[in-house]
Order: sequence, then structure tokens, then C-alpha cells
Amino acid sequence: MRPVAADPLAGSPPRAARPLTLLLLVAAFLTWSVLGLATAPSARAATQACVADAATGCINGTIRTSAGAPAAGTTLTVDGPGGESTATTDAEGRWSVAVTEAGEYEVTLDTATLPAGETLRLPDQNPRVVQVNLGSSSVALFPLGAPVEAPAGGDDGSTDEPSAAPAPGSGTGQAATAASSGSGITAARVAQLTVNGLVFGTLLALASVGLSLIYGTTGLSNFAHGEQVSLGGILAYVGTQLVGLPLVPSAIIAVAIGAATGWLQDTFLWRPLRRRGVGMIQQMIVTIGLSMAISYVFQFFFGAGPLRIVTDTPQSVMIGPVRLTVTTLISMGVAAVALGGVAYFLLGTRAGRATRAVADNPALSAASGISVNRMIRLVWVLGAGLAALGGVLVGLYFGATSWYSGGALLLLMFAAVTLGGLGAAFGALAGSIVIGLVVELSSLWIPIDMRYASALVILILVLLVRPQGILGRATRVG
Amino acid sequence: MDWTRILTLVVAEFFAPTTAAYALAAIGLNIHFGLTGLLNMGQAGFMLLGAYGFAISTIAGWPLWAAVLVAIAAATVFALILGIPTLKLRGDYLAIVTIAAAEIVRLVGRSTTFTDLTGASSGLRGNQYKGSFQDASPFPDGTWALGPFEYAVNASNSWWVRLVGWAVVALACLLVWLLIRSPWGRVLKGIREDEDAVRSLGKNVYSYKMQSLVLGGAIGAVAGILYVLPRAVQPDSMGRSMTFFVWTILLLGGAATVFGPVLGSIIFWAVLALVKLTMRETIPTTVLRSEQIEQFGWIIVGVALMLLIIFRPQGILGDKKELAIHAH
Repeated sequence: MRPVAADPLAGSPPRAARPLTLLLLVAAFLTWSVLGLATAPSARAATQACVADAATGCINGTIRTSAGAPAAGTTLTVDGPGGESTATTDAEGRWSVAVTEAGEYEVTLDTATLPAGETLRLPDQNPRVVQVNLGSSSVALFPLGAPVEAPAGGDDGSTDEPSAAPAPGSGTGQAATAASSGSGITAARVAQLTVNGLVFGTLLALASVGLSLIYGTTGLSNFAHGEQVSLGGILAYVGTQLVGLPLVPSAIIAVAIGAATGWLQDTFLWRPLRRRGVGMIQQMIVTIGLSMAISYVFQFFFGAGPLRIVTDTPQSVMIGPVRLTVTTLISMGVAAVALGGVAYFLLGTRAGRATRAVADNPALSAASGISVNRMIRLVWVLGAGLAALGGVLVGLYFGATSWYSGGALLLLMFAAVTLGGLGAAFGALAGSIVIGLVVELSSLWIPIDMRYASALVILILVLLVRPQGILGRATRVG
Repeated sequence: MDWTRILTLVVAEFFAPTTAAYALAAIGLNIHFGLTGLLNMGQAGFMLLGAYGFAISTIAGWPLWAAVLVAIAAATVFALILGIPTLKLRGDYLAIVTIAAAEIVRLVGRSTTFTDLTGASSGLRGNQYKGSFQDASPFPDGTWALGPFEYAVNASNSWWVRLVGWAVVALACLLVWLLIRSPWGRVLKGIREDEDAVRSLGKNVYSYKMQSLVLGGAIGAVAGILYVLPRAVQPDSMGRSMTFFVWTILLLGGAATVFGPVLGSIIFWAVLALVKLTMRETIPTTVLRSEQIEQFGWIIVGVALMLLIIFRPQGILGDKKELAIHAH
């Protein structure tokens, strides 16, 4: 079993003031939420017609053209236990219907009222049936685009949780994959998917290297790491769309703020917990609570819909048989530089060697004069910064980010980290590339909306055969 | 502000079918975590499999008892598949694998490949599979009121679901109470405290952990059936957050106790209803939209989970000396 860093730290005398810090943190968080209420929602609230309360349920949705622009003036009919009613989308493509009786409602979209040239991507899902409960909102989605036959992966692999968050895979950046997801295995298609897999794996690596470093130095499986990724994407969206900055400065600011949240988390949450001697399993459950709280904070302020960091259609270039967007090429360069930087840091600098020493044996490194806490803090800053960068680039690659874009990747990150060997930073890199390739290439044989599942199956198989991972040391695990 | 209405709705949560379903899921998780110390982060996967097993076999025309058995069998097979690679490894591996496996179930369930079977992401409509359960009710159709609470006797969100649901919860509590006192339960608690010590006594730790995983998972599958009976089977509503809610309920009530999961579920849903309804009444919709009130409720749940596990890991009913949380 890998020794965990908590052991030498648990020896320091606990101070009575520490729980107070935690309470202050929570109080600050709540104040922040309440202060935010006044500003963020007012911009979006104006057109929301239906309000769910104890006697009312809502059905709503947003209709966007295949290019992502709102489809105004589309008519929908809702029929069910509470009677029939119609709705028309507003200038922002939104529609909503209030019903006063719970039950199953059939929502029909009048295709004649769609903007010119638009068709339903899933014609067989019109009409569709939604379950409506009083006091809550149900969502009925009608994606537009080229019609897709039912079994050929109509959902485009979106792995969103409740409601309507569009997940990675539904954006325009993915057009190349979607277009090539017909039947038949051709050399061009294999080449395209391999390149897509390498790109996706590299982006995934940005997130999972941080996860692995944090696990290596502290022993903590951080379930809130996906939210660090979403944070990067959402901050970039705030920078470009709400503040109006160009992409590059807002990306840099997003990464800087992301790294700062790593510092804040370690200072105000994880270090006090380590001092209290809170066990690793308890800390892991804390990360779960944190993940839940942060992801709903994102939804609270930014809604469940897609957030496009850049709105113009990206330029694409052909390299041999492979189509890539210019943005993706630049992203790859940035990611390669960042990962190279991490490798140099770990292998070539004193601080990096100290980090690896802490991961190896915290007690011994503390005894040889390394400040274990400072190293852990450094790892948190580095990990959160890399995750934010990953979030920005993933948001650009998939065309949009959302509150769930990091959460959808979390399990792939865990798969990559486990595959590479829990806690081995370079293993996480190798594992991410493998997972990226598996995810993309598996769509040659299995439907595209199950490709994330294939990566998770790999995770379980690896644990069965080689629990220490590809690059992990063959020590006793457990 | 109409306090009578709010309080009525809050009290209705005490015995709502959802409260019973979550209590039962938490009882299953209690066998994993509270008794054996297994970190099952995929309880929603067991529930979803149970729901699918029940709904699909009912739609195929199987009788009620067979459909319930199919649900339990699905969860048993799932537990075996998860347990074989991970139960010999350290605890956090089980956590990662169970959460991944639950996600696989959801991804496959919502995939358009099996639309005929699972209805893809729009799921299976309640009316397709509620029939056999509602027909099993001995009561005449209609509605019945107990004070301010008026529901249909048999249809959908009915008294019949409530009666059966809470009867199952009571049976599960009795089972856990008997198990905790049995030699079998003592071995499980021994594994939770010190696996190596139990192994040195000649017990097959791996086999005991597997039995615990299967039993808790089967209870989770029944909870899944209870959860979908008043609504529809929708894979996306039974994802990761559902597992986290079940954990919050278990830790709130108190792990390793008999009534902790039940108390936790009642408090969880009642407080959530109270907070949301009060916010809806007091905060104008121009300030806070109704979805935002929903989301604010879940933010509170997340923060509550963090505070609970840090400051009171034993929950309301638990004994701190008994439950020192650590991994195997």
C-alpha cells in the first residue's frame, strides 16, 4: 500500500481554531451565492414564462438551429392529463408550458414552423413524451440538424445527467467525427478517429495529470476534479461572452483563477482537514459533497444549457485524409507545451524532485527537510491550473462548455489515472492517450453513444489483470 | 405566506414513496458501508438495473413476482461482476469501479441502440409497467383522504405504493436488525474494523464481502423498483447524483445503525421540501427562478454532506466509537 501524506501531518497539534476556518469558508461561499443572485440571473430571467410551484409543473426547452443560433417562432403542442396547450419559441429559441396536473405529456413540434432549411435530427422522436411532476420543470429537447436514423447513434454520445446539459460531442467541433460515423471501416476513417483519439487523449491528460499528482502526494481521490475542469471552461466563457475579452486573455485569466482556486482549496479546506486528522475516506466523501455543491453552483448561475466560448464556426484544414480545425491544432500545441512543462518540472527542477519525493514517502521527505505541506499546496495549484486549461481547450474542441463538461470527463480521468497506475504522473499521461484512442476508435464497432462506456469497461478489465496500472510499480495493492 | 400548505406538503414528504425508496436504497448501502466498510459509489446503478429489470420483464408480460425476481437477479449478477475484480483491492478501487459501472449501466440504458428495450434517454413510461403492481392491490379504485393528504388508492402516486413501500422498508430494517446481531453480521463488522484480524481467524473475507455486496445490491434493486413505480424509468434521473443523495441520507441518519437510513431519508426530503417551498413563497420569481431554487436545494445538500462527514461522521443515530471510517 502506498503511504499517504496524512501520516506525518497528523502529528502536528490540532488547533481549536481550525473548524472555525471551515465554517467561515462555508459562510463566505453562501454570501457569495446570495450576492451573485442580484446580478447573474436577472439577465436571463426575463423570458422565463413558466414558474413551477406546488400546483404547477413546467415543460420547457430551447430550440437551436444546427449552427447553434436560436430558432425563433417554432410552434409546439403539449397534450396530456392537464389538457392541450401550445407554445412558440421566443427570440432566444426558448419555450415553456405550464401544466397544473402531473403525468405524462406528449410534446409535438410543428416541423413546418422551423426556420428554413432546418430539420429534426431525430425525426422519430417527434412527438416525444415527457414525465411532468408538479413543482418541477421537465425538459423536452428537439435537436436540429441532419436527420439521423435511430440506431446510428442519434444522441451523439452526450453523457449529460438530468435535464438538458449538452455534453461533449454535441458541438460543432465534433462535426468531423459525426460526419464520418457511418458504417464501414475505411482507412481514412481509422486515420481520422486515431487523430481524434490522440487529440482527446491529450486534452484528457491535462486534467488527469493533476488528478494523479494530487492522489500521489496526498492519497486523495478527488471527485471534485471534474468541476475544476468545468470551471476553466466556464471562466473562459465568462471572459469572452460576458466580459467581451478576446479568447487568449480570457483563457489565461481562466487558468490563473483556476490555479488560484487550487491554492484556496488547499489553504482553507484540505490543509485544515489534514491537520484535524480526518481520514482519507472521509476526505474523499468531502470531495463528493464539494463536487455536488460546485456543479449546482454552476447550474445556478449559468443554467443547464451549452455555453459557447467562441461563437464563430472554426476554420478547418485537411492534413492528408484527416480533417482538423485550426483551433484544435493550436490547442494541441498549447497542451503539448503545458505537459512538457510539467514533465520538465517533475524531472528537472528541485521542487519537482521534492514533489516526487513526497509522493514516494512523505515521512522520509519531511525528515530530510522538504516542506511536505508546501509541496502539496504546489501540487494543488498546478493540478487545478492544468485542469482549468484542460477545461478551456475541451470547451473549444467540443464547441461548447457547460456545467457538466468536466463531470462527464471525471470517470474517464479516473480510468486514465488507474490505467497508468494511481499516483504516477507519467502513467496518467499514457493512460489518457490510451483512453482517448479507445473512446474514439471503439465507435468503429459500437454505437457512438456508448463509446464512453467502452473506456470504463477497460478500467474494470485493467483492475482485473494489472491493478497497479501500466506504469505503476507491482506493489501489493490493498 | 401560507404556512399550513407548506407544512402539509412537508409532512407529506415523511411518508412519500420517494422517501421510502431512498430509505431502502440507504439500507442497502448501510449493509455495504455501515456493516462491512465497502465503499459502494454506484448504488444508483443497482437501482437503475432493478428498475429496468422490473419494467422490461413486466412489459414482456411476466407476472409481478417474476419481474421482482428478475430485478434482484440483475443486481446480483452486477454485484458479482463488480466484486470479483475489486474486493481484493484497496477500498478506493471499489469506489472508482462501482461509480464507473453505474455510469456504464446508465450510458447503455440511454443508448439509442436498445431503444426497443429501454426507450433510450426518454426512458420507459410508467403506464407501460405499472399495471401488474396496481392490479395486485386488494383495495377498490378511487381516492382516499387521510386528513389533508389525499391520493389515489391504487393508481401511480398512490396509497398502495406507500403501503407496500414502507412495508418493504420495515422488513429490511428487521433484516438488518437480525443481521447485526447474528454471527454473520459480527464477521462483517470484524471485516470493517480489521480485515486482517478476521482473516487470521480463518474466515474467508473475500466471500463475506461478496455476500454483503450482493445483499445490499439486491436491496438497492428493490429500492429502484419502488422509486420508479410512481413515475417513469429515466436513466438520466438515476445517475451519479442519486448515489450521492443516498450517501448523504445514510451519513445523515447514521451508518451502522438500524433506523439511521430511514430517519436520514425522512429528514433529507422533509428539510429539502421545507427549504424549497419556503423559498418559493418568500423570494419573488424575478429574483430567483424556480429551477434556481431547485439548484439551491442541491447546493445545500452538497455542503451538508461535506459538513456532516467532517464534523459528525456518525450521523444522528450513530456511535462515533463504533464507526471509525477507514478504508480496506
